[in-house]
Amino acid sequence: MSTLGTAIERVEDAALLMGRGRYIDDMPVAPGTGHAAILRSPHPHARLLSIDTEAALALPGVHAVVTGEDARAWSTPFIVSVRQPMEHWCIAIDRVRYAGEPVAIVVAEDRYRAEDALALIDVRYEPLDAVVDPEATLGADAPVLHEKVGSNLVSERSFRYGEPEAAFEAAAHTVTTTVRYPRNSCTPIECLGLIAAYDPGEDAYDVLSHFQGPLTLHPVMARALKVPGPRFRLRSVPDSGGSFGIKQAVFPLIVAMALAARKAARPVKWIEDRLEHLLAATSATNRMTRIEAAVEADGRIASLRLDQLEDCGAYLRAPEPATLYRNHGNLTGPYCIPHLAVNNRVVVTNKTPTGLNRGFGGPQLYYALERLMQRVAVTLGLDPLDVIKRNLVPADAMPYRAAAGAVLDAGDFPATLDHGAREGALDALRVRRDAARAEGRLYGIGFAAAVESSVSNMGYITTVLSAEERRKAGPKDGAVSHATVAVDPLGAVTVTADSIPQGQGHRTVLAQVVGDALGLAPAQVTVALEHDTQRDPWSIAAGNYSSRFSGAVAGAAHLAAVRVRERLARIASQQLNARPEDVRFEQGRIFAAGNPGNDLDFRRVASLVHWSPGSLPDGVPPALRETARWTPPQLTPPDDDDRINNSAAYSFIFDFCGVEVDRATGAVAIDRYVTTHDTGRRLNPALVDGQIRGAFAHAVGAAFYEELAYSEDGSFLSGTLADYLVPTACEVPDPQILHRDIPTPATPLGAKGVGEGNCMTTPVCLANAAADALGVESLDLPLTPARIGDLIHGPESTPPRP
Amino acid sequence: MKPALFDYLRPDDEEEVLEALAEAGDDARLLAGGQTLMPMLNMRLVEPAVLIDISRLPGRAEIEDNGNFIEVGETVTQASLESWPTLAERTPLLAQALPLLGHVQTRSRGTVCGSIAFADPSAELPLCLATLGGEVVLRSRSGTRTLPAAEFQTGMLSTACREDEMVAAVRFPTAEPGAGYAFTEFARRHGDFAVVAIAAIARANGIRIGVGGVAEQPVVRDWPLLAGSALDDALNALAWSLDAADDVHASARYRRELVRRLGKQTVAAALEARL
Amino acid sequence: MKRLDRESRHRVALTLNGREANGWAEPRMLLSDFLRHELGATGTHVGCEHGVCGACTVRLDGAPVRACLTLAVQADGRRVDTVEGLASNGELNDLQKAFRRHHALQCGFCTAGILMSLDAWLESNPAPDEGEVRALLSGHLCRCTGYTGIVAAALDAAEARRREDGP
Repeated sequence: MSTLGTAIERVEDAALLMGRGRYIDDMPVAPGTGHAAILRSPHPHARLLSIDTEAALALPGVHAVVTGEDARAWSTPFIVSVRQPMEHWCIAIDRVRYAGEPVAIVVAEDRYRAEDALALIDVRYEPLDAVVDPEATLGADAPVLHEKVGSNLVSERSFRYGEPEAAFEAAAHTVTTTVRYPRNSCTPIECLGLIAAYDPGEDAYDVLSHFQGPLTLHPVMARALKVPGPRFRLRSVPDSGGSFGIKQAVFPLIVAMALAARKAARPVKWIEDRLEHLLAATSATNRMTRIEAAVEADGRIASLRLDQLEDCGAYLRAPEPATLYRNHGNLTGPYCIPHLAVNNRVVVTNKTPTGLNRGFGGPQLYYALERLMQRVAVTLGLDPLDVIKRNLVPADAMPYRAAAGAVLDAGDFPATLDHGAREGALDALRVRRDAARAEGRLYGIGFAAAVESSVSNMGYITTVLSAEERRKAGPKDGAVSHATVAVDPLGAVTVTADSIPQGQGHRTVLAQVVGDALGLAPAQVTVALEHDTQRDPWSIAAGNYSSRFSGAVAGAAHLAAVRVRERLARIASQQLNARPEDVRFEQGRIFAAGNPGNDLDFRRVASLVHWSPGSLPDGVPPALRETARWTPPQLTPPDDDDRINNSAAYSFIFDFCGVEVDRATGAVAIDRYVTTHDTGRRLNPALVDGQIRGAFAHAVGAAFYEELAYSEDGSFLSGTLADYLVPTACEVPDPQILHRDIPTPATPLGAKGVGEGNCMTTPVCLANAAADALGVESLDLPLTPARIGDLIHGPESTPPRP
Repeated sequence: MKPALFDYLRPDDEEEVLEALAEAGDDARLLAGGQTLMPMLNMRLVEPAVLIDISRLPGRAEIEDNGNFIEVGETVTQASLESWPTLAERTPLLAQALPLLGHVQTRSRGTVCGSIAFADPSAELPLCLATLGGEVVLRSRSGTRTLPAAEFQTGMLSTACREDEMVAAVRFPTAEPGAGYAFTEFARRHGDFAVVAIAAIARANGIRIGVGGVAEQPVVRDWPLLAGSALDDALNALAWSLDAADDVHASARYRRELVRRLGKQTVAAALEARL
Repeated sequence: MKRLDRESRHRVALTLNGREANGWAEPRMLLSDFLRHELGATGTHVGCEHGVCGACTVRLDGAPVRACLTLAVQADGRRVDTVEGLASNGELNDLQKAFRRHHALQCGFCTAGILMSLDAWLESNPAPDEGEVRALLSGHLCRCTGYTGIVAAALDAAEARRREDGP
């Protein structure tokens, strides 16, 4: 019996539960390996006048101190995705532009000594005015971060699809809302880390890390290190303590520590600590969005107009401004909205550079879009659920080409919504709300719907360029995944692939997928996913991001396993006297359909390939190692009208919830939360639900607790886990999870992505419920008790007269 | 994020602690449960030359019931006070406050005296001690002195404890017959320091209220048995008197609001709890 | 009085998961670093080094403590139990099995600390309800699971232990 589609236990868990995981800080190091600590700028913006490292170098046990001068000698600035002369070095040169920017690196015999030496480095700064607000940074008097760029506005593009002006003119109503999405981060419990080495004989770097990809950044790093790709060997560790996109942000440190290893003439290990992580690792973008809808009297939306102001922090760090463009093709969400106008501005401010973070642009987009949907309902006096339903893409329109180019691959959104409302007992929730309100309590219901894009088109980011610039640069598209299935001389099966997992259980799912194809139990399939750019097949699309695993990587593994199966079937067909297409694989046996009694041992047939190539049927090559490469053909480059299909598959999510606001404290309590998903075919339902719960927990954090906050002068306010509040088991309720699976033809196994959607829907669903409870128009995250309290407490009692 | 260098001393008895303190002066820090000091050391916010480990000091982990007060020795953990069998009966305010203090994993190490000695303005135990009108026993080589809570804590993270002194014990007054006790706090998450914490004691002839989390140290007021708008007015005056400030978790205005609203709830709960 | 000089490394001997173990530590070395890098017991993980995330929780003389808020020299002569001691002969214990059954972990980084907290706590709280389990777990941060599986596994293991111990 195949286990594919069943909730088997994970093959990863026994080792992890016994404390036998192999995370970056557990990995063996060469004798003499140095330990690095980073001196970081205390200023959000300053000129670097001088660095005196003498005292630090004199401290016993210190091997080297690395500064911007070394970066200048051995590296180049990182390439940026927009055509701007922005210089981003791995260690600051001349100027620092955010609090926490690396200024020097100490390599010492242990981390304790390295930190001792940090205190002995004397840096002279000339502080400059800082700017942290994305609107203020556009002001005439704002300090310019990059003098060569000359402006803090580093990219602006306008897009027009259909006839938005006419649609707005003809519309019965116009509804507008403005939202400010805050900075937050999914902060994995394991911070960043790596071990870097340099071989002067070959002028080659070798780095071990939990860098998660995408490997588009491999050429970025190799180029920064001024070596050809093969001389920058990047290997991944077996286990990673979570990422959620965050471990993409280790890449600038990989380059910096590679230089440190070169200078110290020994391998260097760097393990980021939590203070560094919160201050300077990375962040989601903060975004201000003004969104406007042209609405018919019945709530149908004819056109949207979006003005998006994206704040990427101090540098546009690759792949930014990808956060802004990740969902460009599906800016209209799950809705049938034919006309669209978009203005996108990307700015820099004196804050930590941004990067990948679970949902990647989806939380920012859907916070605006779904708040708008709620505002449309309130403004027109309609039921918010009706407004969502009326605008959903109908099932018979699938596959549906959205205004900006996304091709929504499959699904029945209205039926899935109905399923969720019914099975989630929405009617009972409405009764509950009415009863609570009758008692004078502040109770509200919120809704949100979204498409969750997965398996990203490697060309979507080029939408930031004009069609002409794209023509010059050459086409970018596709999303190639690789997987290899091999059978050894004793018939044991090994799978490798380019997924670079971060704790999700990819090994389990690939064992299920390949076991399913070969008629073997998952336990008979060994999956090894430590990736090595020097030895494993990979493409720039490799890695763990954009929920590409179940669609792309599992798909490629399936294709590779099927090829192995077909070869074995040809060999077995000779011995079974059957046609290859009639050969069946079950429970480790191979037999002809219709004659299961006459069977062969899988291992025996496989071993023939190794031990007796001469006895194979004509034309069967003597090998049982198949690498499948798969790229979704529908992922073409942006067209001349800037239409882009940014993803291979689009899952559908419909959420609703009930919340109650405490009048005294302003605290918002989740009373009930229902989330309904169409993720295509579910390969392991327990892992799917685990992804949903995890994203939901992150979203509860984003909704109520988490913000990487800065004061106006650029100092960072969320420096510890007592300031940056991560929800605990007491703050995260169990959501009710519902499924309605519609396998997609867009991926080999019919599966779509699942890990990110609730980061898109849940914050805004909760905010919509709070808005419903409070009857307020404008609401920004996080919904802290103080922020809600200030809305509901009314005018304050005056101080008593003295 | 590793501590700077320090010498480590582990005295075998209290005499040796006092001797070490006298020697090292303000270069020394006492390490008891370490739940506040250790993060500060790891972040290098403090870099003492000498660390004096008193966590295993023999004979100092006792809780004694002296009738009018319970005396908690310097190495008594918050967990052992929490599980002291007669806590709810003898000091109901502490029984309500302790589960809100951090987490099981930090209470198992954090000491009662350590929390009092650190004098964090948002901490629960200093608020309880101040509201109950307890005392702190300070000891040095030159002798022992006992200070009322109000004289011990002198501000945010500052106390009357001299460099050569240690907090040898804390005395919490026991429940008065007929009085009601209530402790309420609002924290962002379970186990966090309070944004605002309120302790209240209702007696036959009056109310005592203590507020933590707002001013630089716990603030305690005694009122007659106020009710209705008179109570509202008193709470409003109290809220305005605390010089609340904005921080990353809450605005000053919000804190004042919580003082008024939680104050009212807590006073009501204390009145309710009277026997 | 024991006096350990700051610049020297000192012998620290303790009982780790029932076996004698020893290594060298400066006075300032954290127990978490000592276990991981001196004794090679890397199952205990470090997530924040300021006592919030709970990943490094171990048992010190039976009580759950943050290894990052404990000095190695403080553990000298004492019993330390870590996640490596839970399974015997490669066989997961009942709590670990419940974690696997309930998919109570994903990346596994916070798991060791949670297991050690529960291991200690369930001994004195054999019949917890969900609210109590969640309060206990509030001393730990998990970013992967949303906690559902962890709560279920803890309740399940507690119930199984009660059944085993009889009425």
